Parts: sequence; C-alpha cells; structure tokens
Amino acid sequence: MNHSEAQSEKQSATPGTLQLPNGPAGAAILSAGAGCTFVGILTVVAGASKPIGKWLMFYPPTGSLSGVSSVGILLWLVVWLILAKRWRIRTVAIAKVNATAFLLLALGVLLTFPPFAEFLQRK
Amino acid sequence: MEITLRALITMIHGMLFGAFFLVAIYGLIVELSRSAFVEQPSRLTNRGYSLGRFYLFSMVALGWAAVLTGAYIVYPWYRAVPPAGVTDLALYPRYLLKSSATTSGWHDMGMEWKEHVAWIAPIVMSMVAYVLTKYRLSMREHPQVRKAVMAFTLVAFAAAGVAGFFGAMVNKYAPLNGGPTIHLMGKSQ
Repeated sequence: MNHSEAQSEKQSATPGTLQLPNGPAGAAILSAGAGCTFVGILTVVAGASKPIGKWLMFYPPTGSLSGVSSVGILLWLVVWLILAKRWRIRTVAIAKVNATAFLLLALGVLLTFPPFAEFLQRK
Repeated sequence: MEITLRALITMIHGMLFGAFFLVAIYGLIVELSRSAFVEQPSRLTNRGYSLGRFYLFSMVALGWAAVLTGAYIVYPWYRAVPPAGVTDLALYPRYLLKSSATTSGWHDMGMEWKEHVAWIAPIVMSMVAYVLTKYRLSMREHPQVRKAVMAFTLVAFAAAGVAGFFGAMVNKYAPLNGGPTIHLMGKSQ
C-alpha cells in the first residue's frame, strides 16, 4: 500500500466524513441478520432436542428461552465483532451483504413462527 | 384503586417499555421516510446530534428493557406450575389458557411466537442505532445502507408489533396477578 492509499484509508475511516467506508455498516447489518437466524435456529433446536433444550435452560424459571436468547445474542455479538474488525476500513459489496442479511433476517422470523418451527421439529 | 405487584410489573413491561419501544420505532420510520425526500439536507448543531443520539439510545434501551423484563420477570410468573390439586388456575396463566380449547391458541401460537420473535426487534434496532450514529453525516452517500436500515426497521416494527399484540391478548384472556397488593388511591379494603 503506497502513501496516498494509506492516507485515503485513514481519511475514509474517520467518522463523519463523506468517504466513510461502508464496511462497518455492512458488518453491523449482516451480523444483525445472522443474529436473528441464530435465535430462530436455537428456538427450533431447543424444541426438537430435549438434551439441547435442557442445556439451554440457563435460568430454569424461563425454561430454554434464557439459553436461546443468551446464546443467540452472544453469537450475534461475536459475528459482529469479527466482521467489524475485518471490514473496518473496507468497502464491501453492500447490495450482496444487504440481500444476504435480509434473507437471514427473514429466516430468523420464519423459524420463530410456531407452525413452521413445529413442522421442522416433526411435531 | 389497587393493583397487584405482578400486574404492575407486567404493565411496566408491556405498556411502558414495549409500547414506547414500538412508538419510538414508528417515529424512526417516519423520520427515515421523510429524510429520503429531502433535497438539501440540513446540518444539525452538536446539540441536535446529541438529541438524535439520545433518541436512538433510548429506543434501544426500551427494547432491551422490554425483552429482559419480559423474559426474566414476567415470563416465569406466566409459566408457573400449579401445585397438585389446585383447580383455580387464575394465578397460573399458561395453564389457564391451555385448559380450554377456545383459549389454548393464545399460548400455543401467541405466547410461543411472542417469546422468541420479540428478541429480533432489539437486535435489529441496536444495529440501526449504530449505523445511524456512525453514518449520521454521510447516509446520503450510502443509499444501499439507508435502504437496509429502512427494511430492517420495518421488520423490527412488525416483530415488536407481533410481540405487543400477543402480549396484550394473552394478558386479556389470562391476566397476570398475584403478589402483594399495592394501594394506589381511594379507600383500601
């Protein structure tokens, strides 16, 4: 990387400037979509598998909901942290990132929908 | 006029945290829609940006407060198991709903969906608040990011709406009661 490129990246990473790269936004958007999918997958898995459902009972009065939400949130934050580090000063193909993130979000909502979750759980 | 502790906490969870979260998301949708059609964007003062950040932070805090109080305070009361021999299920809303074919759907469909889909809203709105804060001066330069923020916000609004609707309906058919009675005004019994 030559001096001008380094200077450009440094400038583009400055918050509030017009040259702010879209990487941090892409990381936040994609990880949010992934986080919602994690919650959905864990919801289905906790209902389908008794051992996993039992393991996810971090706080017994709430049942497996405590583990489903806690693990889902933890995975979301980990994915966000990793992507944010990797895309901190990068410009990403935001249209593809958005499409992927929205599909993940839609999948997350669908997986929490009881009729669909029960279909997957063979109930 | 009296209210039980459980009813009060449920009200704070739903009508304070949940409802205000929903209203705050609606306000953001209006602002995002309006700002998409602004020809010459106005530049806010530092105070203006601070207020904007405060709005976003408050909205996210309300969302997390709603799901956390719901999951860790209200939900355990809702799913409490009645001791053997108990026939009055008024203090056991989950079992009260499931005891009748005409109300069991409010649990099987309503509560089962609400308890999980609700988490999507604060996750999404945390992302939205982060992006709007970080790109506050350059959102017009990132139209795709703006579109994603709008789409995610609409889904979060729907998810919070589903949670709010089923929460209200579940509480209508099997109200959460119990705990100490709090005297609000007038003569107490």
